[in-house]
Amino acid sequence: MSGLRILVPVKRVIDYAVKPRVNKSQTAIETTGVKHSLNPFDELSIEEAIRLRERALPVSDILALSAGPAKSADVLRTAMAMGADRSIHVQVDTEKEGDLEPLTVAKLLAKVVAEEDRNVVILGKQSIDDDAHQTGQMLAGLLGWSQATQASKVEVEKEGSTVTVKREVDGGTETLRAKLPIVITTDLRLNEPRYASLPNIMKAKKKPMIKKTMEDYGIDIKRRFKTVKVVEPAPRQGGGKVEDVDGMIGKLKELGAL
Amino acid sequence: MASSSRPFMRALARSTVRTPKLSACEPLDITDIPPTPITHLSETEALMKDQVSKFASEVILPKSREMDEAEKMDPEIIEQCFEQGLMGIEIPEEYGGAGMNFTAAIVAIEELARVDPSVSVMTDVHNTLVNTAILKYGSEKTKKDWLPQLATNTIGSFCLSEPISGSDAFALKTRATKQPDGSYLLSGSKMWITNSLEAGFFLVFANLDPSAGYKGISAFLLPRDTPGFAIAKKEKKLGIKASSTCVITLDDVHLPASALLGREGEGYKYAIGLLNEGRIGIAAQMTGLALGAWENAARYVWNDRRQFGKLVGEFQGMQHQLAQAYTEIQAARGLVYNAARKKEAGEEFVADAAMAKLFSSQVAGRVSGSAIEWMGGMGFVREGLAEKYWRDSKIGAIYEGTSNIQLTTIAKLLQKEYTG
Repeated sequence: MSGLRILVPVKRVIDYAVKPRVNKSQTAIETTGVKHSLNPFDELSIEEAIRLRERALPVSDILALSAGPAKSADVLRTAMAMGADRSIHVQVDTEKEGDLEPLTVAKLLAKVVAEEDRNVVILGKQSIDDDAHQTGQMLAGLLGWSQATQASKVEVEKEGSTVTVKREVDGGTETLRAKLPIVITTDLRLNEPRYASLPNIMKAKKKPMIKKTMEDYGIDIKRRFKTVKVVEPAPRQGGGKVEDVDGMIGKLKELGAL
Repeated sequence: MASSSRPFMRALARSTVRTPKLSACEPLDITDIPPTPITHLSETEALMKDQVSKFASEVILPKSREMDEAEKMDPEIIEQCFEQGLMGIEIPEEYGGAGMNFTAAIVAIEELARVDPSVSVMTDVHNTLVNTAILKYGSEKTKKDWLPQLATNTIGSFCLSEPISGSDAFALKTRATKQPDGSYLLSGSKMWITNSLEAGFFLVFANLDPSAGYKGISAFLLPRDTPGFAIAKKEKKLGIKASSTCVITLDDVHLPASALLGREGEGYKYAIGLLNEGRIGIAAQMTGLALGAWENAARYVWNDRRQFGKLVGEFQGMQHQLAQAYTEIQAARGLVYNAARKKEAGEEFVADAAMAKLFSSQVAGRVSGSAIEWMGGMGFVREGLAEKYWRDSKIGAIYEGTSNIQLTTIAKLLQKEYTG
């Protein structure tokens, strides 16, 4: 296969609009009976992959992948309704095994990249549940590929061998240029993801979703980290109001800020 | 956020009228499917609900108040509804539609109404009355001519009511006269026509043979640019202001023989059939509206408004009202989904549809009215949406059969069932 062969890993997370609550045993965030959806950063990745194709670049295949419980099939269906061509669901009983660690996911992705002959991986810079912000970087390390993280703009040459990525850094924008293959992680301002249209939702029903297990890829899912305790941040102390400028200066002096 | 997976009142969803007669459409065989919660959605329906809900709250909501004040549907919203496939929900893929099922349309109408009942009714009339009319009664040529347009760029309008015929719809006076060459001439006027300002396609009911009474009524397909067709007046309304409602005049409108939908003299049958289904759509609009009004108020009283040192939603008097209202909404939703699934399964659903529309419009009126009171001053001002939901709810008891007409339908069917 020639052209861009894109892998877009996606994750099912607690919906961004839901206020997360710590469970009773203080071991994790409460997930039962809570609305879940596709990780917002992953929506950006899928959107970017589709846009590369819409810009008439030689995209031969967009493959979405998710490793997680049975319900993760929902986010893969969403990814395919948005425009991914096919998907792989690596089934993991996260209820029993706990959430996968970034390194485990990176190792899995490296295997998939080899098996599926990918040359571009576009993934969210982080998932909004554990906010680890590590998988993309680890994957590039494992593969020995170029990496462009927190992308705010992605351009691929027509011939499809050189990629230019703009990334927002402290104090400005950094522009990176790299040859394929490459790992790109997406940031909020990269694009505005589309809503899956009704006809595309129907078409997604016919797109293939392959079920796999971690054993199929020979990946050990044992956790290397132990979560000791999860607690909610201490409630913020309410601020006070001052009457006028003098009041404010007085208050600042009182606090030792002046 | 409320979702369809919440508990619901199953008992109320059971109709007392049950006859084995099947309707004309292709029924799904559900005899071997174990019963599931009535609000359970298929994977496709659930994904669609999710995407429509997002589209509604991110794209439509920011424009909702503005469209209401301007009494105008934003053309961009119309365009986006077409792009999302919301205007061809049940139109098969071969004609450019989404090819989804009836319940999917109901779910979409509900999700849109939760945010904006005007946009919801635009899609409801277009999908459940106009598109369905062509799908059910149109010839292959009619389907090929119109469905691709209706699915992608042309709004449809359903023209039955007239100044003198509302509930007594078949007393309509618009005349159709057959010409020697087989073409038709239409003359008369239509009133309360939803979508008419924006529509490019009109399904017009006219009487071809008044001596035959209602059996002379026939349905015609009328493109907007036909000479003799005009919009006479746009109504200024209490609610669903962004949805256009106009008076239409037909002055010797000449239509080719191919403009006839189905057969001559069967228009009344088509209208009854379509309105029976359409009621489930209006019922869904009303449950969506009720849910939207409830959520809008619940968020305010449980997060923002404090009196006597606590959130007003923490007072028991408020809590009980919120619980009562939500229960009523879920009861109404049970009726709506049950009617939709019965229709889809090819079961008799006329009484169910009437009950769903009657009850959900009552619930929508009650809940959206109470929601204003729960929010106090903030519910009364035009800054938020509380007062809009209430104004929008009033139409539910009026269009596509008034509440009294629904009661008459229900009673008539019950009496038949219980007459020795």
